[in-house]
Amino acid sequence: MSADGTSTLTAPSLAPAANNVVLEARNIVKELGHGARKTRALKGVSLTLNAGELTLLMGPSGSGKTTLLSILGCILTPTEGTLTIAAHPTAGLSPEALAGLRRRYVGFIFQSYNLFPTLTAEENVRIALDVRGERGSDAVVRAQRALQQVGLRHKLKSYPANLSGGEQQRVAVARALVGAPSVMLADEPTAALDSENGVAVMQLLSEIARDTSRAVLAVTHDPRTVPFANRVLRIEDGLIVGEERRAEGVETVHQLARNRKRKANA
Amino acid sequence: MGSCKAIPARLCPGKVQSVNRAAMTFTLAFRNLFYDRIRLAVTMVGILFSIVLVAVQLGLYLGARNIIVSMIDRSDGDLWVMAYGTKNFEEGQPISARERFTALSIPGVAKAIPLIVSFTDWRKPSGGATLVVVIGSDAEDGGLRPWNVVEGDISGLGARDAVIIDKTYLRDLGITSVGDTAQIGSSRVRISGFTDGIRSFTVSPYVFTTLNRARSLLDMPADMLTYVLVKLEPGADPEAVRKALREKVPNSDVLTKAEFHDRSLNHWLFATGAGVALIGGAVLGLVVGTVIVAQTLYSSTKDHINEFATLRALGSSSGYIHRVILTQAALSAVLGYALGMVIALTVVYLSERTALPIVMTPALAALLLALTIAMCAVSALSAIGKVMRIDPAVVFNR
Repeated sequence: MSADGTSTLTAPSLAPAANNVVLEARNIVKELGHGARKTRALKGVSLTLNAGELTLLMGPSGSGKTTLLSILGCILTPTEGTLTIAAHPTAGLSPEALAGLRRRYVGFIFQSYNLFPTLTAEENVRIALDVRGERGSDAVVRAQRALQQVGLRHKLKSYPANLSGGEQQRVAVARALVGAPSVMLADEPTAALDSENGVAVMQLLSEIARDTSRAVLAVTHDPRTVPFANRVLRIEDGLIVGEERRAEGVETVHQLARNRKRKANA
Repeated sequence: MGSCKAIPARLCPGKVQSVNRAAMTFTLAFRNLFYDRIRLAVTMVGILFSIVLVAVQLGLYLGARNIIVSMIDRSDGDLWVMAYGTKNFEEGQPISARERFTALSIPGVAKAIPLIVSFTDWRKPSGGATLVVVIGSDAEDGGLRPWNVVEGDISGLGARDAVIIDKTYLRDLGITSVGDTAQIGSSRVRISGFTDGIRSFTVSPYVFTTLNRARSLLDMPADMLTYVLVKLEPGADPEAVRKALREKVPNSDVLTKAEFHDRSLNHWLFATGAGVALIGGAVLGLVVGTVIVAQTLYSSTKDHINEFATLRALGSSSGYIHRVILTQAALSAVLGYALGMVIALTVVYLSERTALPIVMTPALAALLLALTIAMCAVSALSAIGKVMRIDPAVVFNR
């Protein structure tokens, strides 16, 4: 693997896709606007997200990345096509039922973190459990454990205004993680972060993606994120135009670092 | 996820400072409310204004009701015989004293007590005149005696020229102490005692005296009076007695105490428009309060709209978001109510010595709380409408 890790990604896909599909989208079309202003943001996108993988969705501005992310997260509904999350088809579901699917199976990480400024870090994480009706001491413990997982055990009572950008994004990751979702969707997770924090967040996402029950998809156009991915999807003008998969046996940056550390400790 | 006991100790005891079993809707609503102190202050001003205005208006209404019917409620008569068409206690017209003897002749009537009530002029010792309502009744009859006598006593009315007035009107009547004299018509009256808290809705003070002295002061013929208070024998049927009375005094009205009570209230509060004005003021207070609270809640929700969109993106149900907004409204209501009641009770206290005291009862306090909560709930509707129109996709556009 080269220093930046990009060479370890092969194009087109060389390795077989995993069988444990947690999200499947078929021929997704999305039309936005009405009448003469109607445009096709997505023109028939098909993809699967596999548990245990970090997938990057890359493409230029206006290519349909965020629209696709919104549809995969059941925030927008497709004009045509089908979406299945954790074996649950979403077709014909009401907004409340879609919210229920999001609650149970989807975790979001936003570019601007979207933390509640009036809540502490722990409360910001706990609210993701609260909307699922999970309260009490167990919820507090789970929130604290999620924050510990992202290295913010010492910031439980800090408000977002007192956290750095990297710390805020890690709180957002903990919030997405705490509900143990099947799919984690991240929208430009490193865009608002400096290089060091960007790497830290990608390492975190890469680690989270190693959970064999969870798939992680990150929309990005940050090339620094590529070495952390198992797979990169290229989208242009509303269509997936390419897929690059890390070859079998080739480690991601994160795996490499972990193995080096393990060897050093040994 | 397991219980607290099931996880490593480093993650649990001691570190979990407070265990919040309540939904975070309360925390979020509370923090949103107190996050912007200026907006909170505006909300509180709106609720305070509304509560104090409604409390004062409804308190005045209750106070007016109490005053209007105090004489009727204090009287010891089951039936009232009066001039036909009499609208209220103060404006009774003279009727023949024969009605009293007619009443006494009807089976079931234990007593028929004569009562004289009439407006007349009171000439102050220092000059000037004011209108008063003279009430003539003999204490031994027990028909309508002054109550709350705080200086002198009722037996003092037996003295020459004696009258009893209320302390509230000392300045209006030009009186400073018991023993002072004034003039009614061409006759001198001497103050033999003071009552406390017997107020008149007409603003003309009541002057209590004996039946004969009232007749003399008012130049009323000996065969005339204003009311006959009929006291029934135990077990007598009021309707049967009233029917018999009506047949024998066809030119007079015969009303039960409750009917005269209602007729007086209807006249003063609704026929004159006084009550409508008071209730109208209360409604106006509610409307203004609702608009102010709605505006501030809407504005607060708009400021936090991205947070609500984030909640939607996290999968919260509509009900969860409604609860946040309604909790915020309820918190505003409770806080505003508490502060508003402090001000309202201060106003009530300050009005105690005035001619029309504001009344605050537990029922009115409970009604105000219910109105405040309802007002804030209605105010929350616009904010809820705003949130329900959120496109959750805005979370990606921040």
